[in-house]
Amino acid sequence: MTKMVGSSVKRKEDARLLTGNGNFADDITLPGMLHASVVRSSSAHAKIKSIKVEEALNHPGVVAVYTGKDLEGKIGPIPTSWYVPGCNLKEPPQYPLAIDHVRYVGDGVALVIAEDRYTVKDAAELIEVEYEDLPAVVNQKEAMEEGAPLLHEDIENNIALNWKAGEIPEGIMENAEVVVKESFYVQRVFPSPLETRAAIGQYNPGSGELTLWCSSQNPHIHRMVLSEVLGISEAKFQVIAPDMGGGFGGKIGVYPDEALIGYAARDLERPVKWIEERSEHYVAANAGRDEYIDVELAGKKDGTLEAIRVKNTANLGAYLSTMGAGVSTIDFGMMVTGSYDIPYAESETFGVYTNTTPTDAYRGAGKPESTYQIERIIDLFAREIKMDPVELRRKNFIKKEAFPYQNAHGLVYDSGDYEKPLNKALEAINYEELRREQEKKRKEGKLIGIGFSTYVEMCGFGPSEVVGAVGFQGGTWENSTVRVHPSGKVTVFCGTSPHGQGHDTTFSQVVADKLGIPIEDIEFVFSDTKSVSMGWGTYGSRSTAVGGAAVSFASDRVVEKAKKIAAHELEVSENDIEFENGKFQVKGVPGKERTFQDIAHSANMAWNLPEGMEPSLEAQYFFKPENFVFPFGTHVAVVEIDKDTGEIDLQRYVSVDDVGTVINPLTAEGQVHGGIAQGVGQALWEGAVYNKNGQLVSGTLMDYTLPKARFFPHIESDFTETPSPVNPLGAKGVGEVGTTASIACAMNAVVDALSVYGITDLEMPLTPEKIWKTVQEKEGNQ
Amino acid sequence: MTVEKKRVSVTANGQACSAEVEPRKLLVHYLRDDLGLTGTHVGCDTSQCGACSVMVDGDVVKSCTMLAVQADHSEITTVEGLGTAAELHPMQQSFWEEHGLQCGYCTPGVMIAAIGLLKENPNPTEEEIREGLEGVICRCTGYQFIVSAVQKAATRIQETGVNLNSQRLVGEGTQND
Ligand code: FES
Ligand code: FES
Repeated sequence: MTKMVGSSVKRKEDARLLTGNGNFADDITLPGMLHASVVRSSSAHAKIKSIKVEEALNHPGVVAVYTGKDLEGKIGPIPTSWYVPGCNLKEPPQYPLAIDHVRYVGDGVALVIAEDRYTVKDAAELIEVEYEDLPAVVNQKEAMEEGAPLLHEDIENNIALNWKAGEIPEGIMENAEVVVKESFYVQRVFPSPLETRAAIGQYNPGSGELTLWCSSQNPHIHRMVLSEVLGISEAKFQVIAPDMGGGFGGKIGVYPDEALIGYAARDLERPVKWIEERSEHYVAANAGRDEYIDVELAGKKDGTLEAIRVKNTANLGAYLSTMGAGVSTIDFGMMVTGSYDIPYAESETFGVYTNTTPTDAYRGAGKPESTYQIERIIDLFAREIKMDPVELRRKNFIKKEAFPYQNAHGLVYDSGDYEKPLNKALEAINYEELRREQEKKRKEGKLIGIGFSTYVEMCGFGPSEVVGAVGFQGGTWENSTVRVHPSGKVTVFCGTSPHGQGHDTTFSQVVADKLGIPIEDIEFVFSDTKSVSMGWGTYGSRSTAVGGAAVSFASDRVVEKAKKIAAHELEVSENDIEFENGKFQVKGVPGKERTFQDIAHSANMAWNLPEGMEPSLEAQYFFKPENFVFPFGTHVAVVEIDKDTGEIDLQRYVSVDDVGTVINPLTAEGQVHGGIAQGVGQALWEGAVYNKNGQLVSGTLMDYTLPKARFFPHIESDFTETPSPVNPLGAKGVGEVGTTASIACAMNAVVDALSVYGITDLEMPLTPEKIWKTVQEKEGNQ
Repeated sequence: MTVEKKRVSVTANGQACSAEVEPRKLLVHYLRDDLGLTGTHVGCDTSQCGACSVMVDGDVVKSCTMLAVQADHSEITTVEGLGTAAELHPMQQSFWEEHGLQCGYCTPGVMIAAIGLLKENPNPTEEEIREGLEGVICRCTGYQFIVSAVQKAATRIQETGVNLNSQRLVGEGTQND
């Protein structure tokens, strides 16, 4: 039998998705179902003077209207799930509906429930909210200033947290031969899954059970948090994530809206459906990034890097989101040295409340930002000492022999060989020739840039002790149950929660190899808290490294038991049995064998089992990884800038990623492409913009540029494979690498092109207008 | 405020269908909520994303930009009218083989848009495909495998001579190969 792991198996989940048979939240219709709409604040900062609901309530078809006051004492505030310690973290209460004070455009003020989706929108329009506007502040630096408007009365200077890690010994920075400084802004962007958020609640008044279908990347976390918020037993509360149109971090968060729908379904004893609209999504769903990053990189003239000092001033929005405190601190700050052997590092983060929608994890969560600053500053350092940026990188790479390597902040990188993808990428672009060509074209007055990003990323969350120690309110181990039916067909349960990544397929590949059965005989169950044991969902590129590992171990346990049964039936000792290609074979006696299916039947019938053995064939494994995993790689971008229009022509994009053992090259490449599109998207096109008054001016797909097909060249992607020692698959994580690498890569290319003017930085996104103005100014045309 | 409902009758994927709807009801909601054709999705509220693309009388239409009443007496093809899981349409087969989908939310609209593109230009270059998919957004794939899927479908359709104008666009393709 050919091995499944490592081959480009076509996806099992596609048949339903390709034929319109997916089951997305809005496809679910329940008898007697009502529709909900959340009325949201149109003011960024205001006291609520009054809310008039009568007209809405009298509107035909309207069933109920709730305001924050109606819910007081009935449904708790939504807590964060990451209490980062040692940073004086201040968490203001976030009520599912604002009670008398709104703090961002999009803050919920009323919930309307009606018989159909059109009526509920009509009725929502009839709710009259009278606001008394307060001064608003949207920029985190301004929010920290004395005299800035305060969002939460008792939180001084709007500072939610001040976190520090590492210390650079005195004298190092001061006496360094070269210190390069720059301030970067990694702008606010929207994760923008194509399916917005959704929730459907159904309550059984007889049994007291509540079911919530919701767009969650981690239904068990939703159940854990919302059972408290709603005051319902976890045992009577089922959360299901149906098919989801992407997440990218935007569906990690436990949101007020989901609590509201659960509450309303229980209160009205009728199913309630809420489907978010796109423009609502952009004001109400968590955004990503929005961090000012000041960097100082110190080293010698020969290119030896000695120390890095980084300060991140992060916009947390109006409230603390689910992962809000962790992204700009732990996720960002611990990785500031990147792939380089820099002995000293100091990271500091200020998290600040502003009158904007909360921010939370977005693809990469802190690591793209961390990669951004180190990959950008290393380029500038190279320019300063007149060294080729590739040479400087290579010189400071953590050496292959140094793994496991402890970085300046104490993180232990599991495995790595950073030269491998670098060399492969250089070969792919024919680096020396490309530089020569660049030189030549520069002489002709053309603006050509070559950008690199030789990143490393922390993912595969992770060791529970460590995440516990840094305040994460979860376990981050993973579980899997492999259930073998009498026929030998298999149902596997796992606590990760895929929503486009294709785990049905990749995890089935693992099981197929382990059990020696066809992939068609395996079905997976994810994303349902009633059938799947406690698990932690899909985020932080943890699914394969942690969930896939649990699947692998649980399969081993099945084989172990099956082997005992086979030995018993064949009347030999277990040691005499060899298991290969789905057959338990007595060594050296051809024909004396049992198939996996034979044993599945025997185990389930239990007519003749070894003494004392429990019947059935089913095993569960709870896998707690000992470390994170650290994928790495090299991305290269080549751009040409049109001086007359400011347009950036992304001519080539090469990625060579090392994500450990690749389970399915096709889906892995798909993940890389998608990640690159989002990272390049941030660098070149995407940006969430608020005006001074806190109104979101990029709140629809007309104003917020999601990249289209024509924006990209043919991406040339490849892999190297350096297995991780942390899990039996050797897998790292592939979901976020593309984004983590590509923001810096694209920016470096553009800044390289503009380096002829002495430019060291520009603010993203690099719109043609911005580039054109810069070029015109530098050419002295203005 | 009661609005008089209007009867809208269409031929959807070759079947006669009819329902009474409010005059303001969007075609996409008529298809999804009244006809139960939930394969067509909604991704935005400003007609940018193309997730709702369907064929109306042979033309690609964003069904969130059209009222159901405007579609009265028309012939509509949605993703459910392409192939079945057992017998995929060449476009679906190619998306499957080339990994042209991840979450699958954009996919029905993208495939319909791509069929529209191939009707106009049966043998497009990579660049023409990228340009031709202007009306759709995919947030997952980075488009590359969508482009290769469309290229493959073009070849396949030319080789097999599938008629892209027929109501039910069943093509060759087997579920497993
Ligand atoms: S739903 Fe986005 S274009 Fe129709
Ligand atoms: S596959 Fe998810 S949006 Fe296209």
